[in-house]
Amino acid sequence: MITFEQVSVHYPDAPAPALSGLDLTVPEGELCLLVGPSGVGKSTLLGTVNGLVPHFTGGVLHGRVTVGGRDTRDHRPRELADLVGTVGQDVGAHFVTDTVEDELAYGMESLGVAPAVMRRRVEETLDLLGLAELRDRPLGTLSGGQRQRVAIGSVLTVHPKVLVLDEPTSALDPGAAEEVLAVVQRLVHDLGTTVLMAEHRLERVVQYADQVLLLPGDGRPAVLGEPAAVLAQSPVNPPVVGLGKLAGWHPLPLSVRDARRLAAPLRGRLAQTPPVAAPPPTGTPVAEAARLTVRRGSIPAVRDLSLTLYARQVTALMGRNGAGKSTLLGALAGLHAPANGSVRVGGLTPHRARPQELVRQVGLVPQDPRDLLCAATVAAECAAAEQDCGATPGSCRALLERLAPGLADDTHPRDLSEGQRLTLALAVVLAARPALLLLDEPTRGLDYPAKQRLVEILTALAADGHAILLATHDVELAAEVAHRTLVLADGELVADGPSAEVVLASPVYAPQVAKVLAPEPWLTVRQVADAIGHPRR
Amino acid sequence: MSPLRQNSRQLHPGAWWLWALGLAAAATRTSNPLLLLLIIAVAGYVVAARRTEAPWSRSYGTFLRLGLAVLLLRLLFTVLLGSPIAGTHTLLTLPQLPLPTWAQGVRIGGRVSLESLLFTLYDGLRLATLLICVGAANALASPARLLRLLPGALYEVGVAVVVAMSFAPNLVADVGRLRAARRLRGRPDRGIGSVLSVGLPVLESALEHSVALAAAMDSRGFGRTAPVPRALARATAALTLLGLLALCAAAYGLLGTDGASWAPPALLLGVAASATGLALGGRRTVRTRYRPDRWALPEWLTAGSGLATAAVLSLLATRDPAAFSPSVVPPTAPELPLAAALAILLALLPALAAPRPPGFRLPATRKDRNP
Repeated sequence: MITFEQVSVHYPDAPAPALSGLDLTVPEGELCLLVGPSGVGKSTLLGTVNGLVPHFTGGVLHGRVTVGGRDTRDHRPRELADLVGTVGQDVGAHFVTDTVEDELAYGMESLGVAPAVMRRRVEETLDLLGLAELRDRPLGTLSGGQRQRVAIGSVLTVHPKVLVLDEPTSALDPGAAEEVLAVVQRLVHDLGTTVLMAEHRLERVVQYADQVLLLPGDGRPAVLGEPAAVLAQSPVNPPVVGLGKLAGWHPLPLSVRDARRLAAPLRGRLAQTPPVAAPPPTGTPVAEAARLTVRRGSIPAVRDLSLTLYARQVTALMGRNGAGKSTLLGALAGLHAPANGSVRVGGLTPHRARPQELVRQVGLVPQDPRDLLCAATVAAECAAAEQDCGATPGSCRALLERLAPGLADDTHPRDLSEGQRLTLALAVVLAARPALLLLDEPTRGLDYPAKQRLVEILTALAADGHAILLATHDVELAAEVAHRTLVLADGELVADGPSAEVVLASPVYAPQVAKVLAPEPWLTVRQVADAIGHPRR
Repeated sequence: MSPLRQNSRQLHPGAWWLWALGLAAAATRTSNPLLLLLIIAVAGYVVAARRTEAPWSRSYGTFLRLGLAVLLLRLLFTVLLGSPIAGTHTLLTLPQLPLPTWAQGVRIGGRVSLESLLFTLYDGLRLATLLICVGAANALASPARLLRLLPGALYEVGVAVVVAMSFAPNLVADVGRLRAARRLRGRPDRGIGSVLSVGLPVLESALEHSVALAAAMDSRGFGRTAPVPRALARATAALTLLGLLALCAAAYGLLGTDGASWAPPALLLGVAASATGLALGGRRTVRTRYRPDRWALPEWLTAGSGLATAAVLSLLATRDPAAFSPSVVPPTAPELPLAAALAILLALLPALAAPRPPGFRLPATRKDRNP
């Protein structure tokens, strides 16, 4: 259905091609998952399918991409709109109209579909994606999962043969991600749509894939094949595959179900050495919220919440999209004034404190680290951070060197990869040595090596005496790094306890390893590797 | 209740705009503060009865504040700079700033009379009423829906306008986000300096957003055209150009001092040529409309009530000018002309006649509103 013939993409001013030597065919009606480390050109590859690369982004495309027989060299994106539906990473930028129903109809209107047909397809799509109740809602009022489903629906109504999705579940909580993936799978099974999807959170998607297209990077050629075979040679792996490699299972399991069938011997072997739950490190209280209520507009986003955070502890904050996680972090960082109750961080009342004093007590890395960065180079950014908080000159740069070695001084922050940018923002925030460090969705867009790096950094910071609170949808990250886990629902605290207990209590939040090795409370591949005396990978 | 209210649906945006423009036209006919306040009250009641929970519905409050700001600003200027209305009732005398002779005719400070303040109050209130009427239309029918009514040839221009309008709210959200980020870095987040310093990053992110939107629109088929014969394309361009030239010439002739006799035919020619150009241009677009808005009885009643108010007030204003522009020199208490008041109350009809808009529940999440 999609054919790449000797495709390479060069951007001007870039030292190396963004994509090179791609020569393969994605067959019709398959769900093809695109995997690879950050920065190997996954988004570029997706862009070539509907012609946005190079018609829209510039650059030079060598070779030929054909979709359903149409050559993207002579067809602009708008002329492929009836064949390829594309949903990009930023769903907010995808929407053109302002209500759900109009958005679903927009693509068909552009293509000149007859009104009667449009009406029928909108109704069908509303049902297919479970959006019927939302049909009149303004798009701005939808939750993350709903927005993603509307975006997919808006390209489905034109009945494209090919669907291209870039990180469809990265911003979603586990429940909403499952909703979206169920829809994608239904399209492949029932309508025969060919789906090409890039996703960093492999643990969520790999079990649905018919084919995996691996871009290994480092100049090695792309590989397309059966998921198990391709993942065996992939540098990025979901935990269930990592566990399979560790235990030497063959074929490699892709889903928790496959792994459980193979796991009996491993379970037996691990039974002799039950996991020792290390007691959470203790420290002095750093921040305290008492009966805290915070309103956003007329809605109480956080309700009557009491919480104490301790030094040396990493705490994960979980809950569905819109549960109030960001608001709670904002209240601790002094961005939102409490409507009721109180917050104290290191003796200060955050929303009243002077910013210059507050940065020494609490630092927040926002969802998009770019917000925090304002200088034109990495060096200038570090210098500005030192000046902002009166740290000794060079200290922030030294810290950055420790967190992410080898970052060039004169790089523009926008040219960094997601992981590097996050580390830079982290260094900027840490320049003031805040006692409490808050991170909002730090793993969005990070690949497994970058995530591993983050885990190491956070663990070291906690050992240094920082209290860390991170809001995340990533259960694997929480299992790996957090000593304590909080679950928010509708602004109320519904669970608070040691991570192992909280994540194991709920099937939604349990990490893959725990599901495979239940009932024993194993959480991460690393734990298992240590127990059976194997180096990981 | 009334059978008109059985189905909940969106009223045709054109009907709301005609109704609001009718009210606005009525407001221009009078400077009687009682009538103007009555118009504001009528518009406010209808908005309260028929607006939705959609984000654009909040624009009514914004326009209300804008109107108030205009009024206060004009009063302030009258107090500081004086007004051409001479009056005998002096309220207070400010110290006058001596100005050099070349600034003759400009006055700063000095005597403030009751008459001049009253005149400004009435005049400012009229302007505020106009603004509030536009705000009411905005709140009741999203401007984006109105732009959907544009003829095919102008559709792309309409989309550009919609995108430009969505730029402003995004900009405001970005400024808020980046000021919060400044606070996180330990910089002062209050004062004008903090707003200015986020200027560049805000523009950068707005630009990025626009490029992403353009890419999304292109990949969804925006701007697809049907092939048209070259002759037709040329004829379209020629007709549009001719029409615009004729319109410009006609405007010059009509607005000139000695109303030229050739102007009306030129105007007709211009209108005809432009309309033909637009109609032919529409052949290039392949677009169709999803569920075009219907124009039924509620639309007739809504638009009719607004236009009737305008017509009746215009008629009454010529018959009884005194009641419509109460005298300020000497100052008199304004009276409420009963017939005119009844005519304004006619514009309350949409609060009953218009169908209820489909109800929206409260927003599901807060965070996702400004991604």
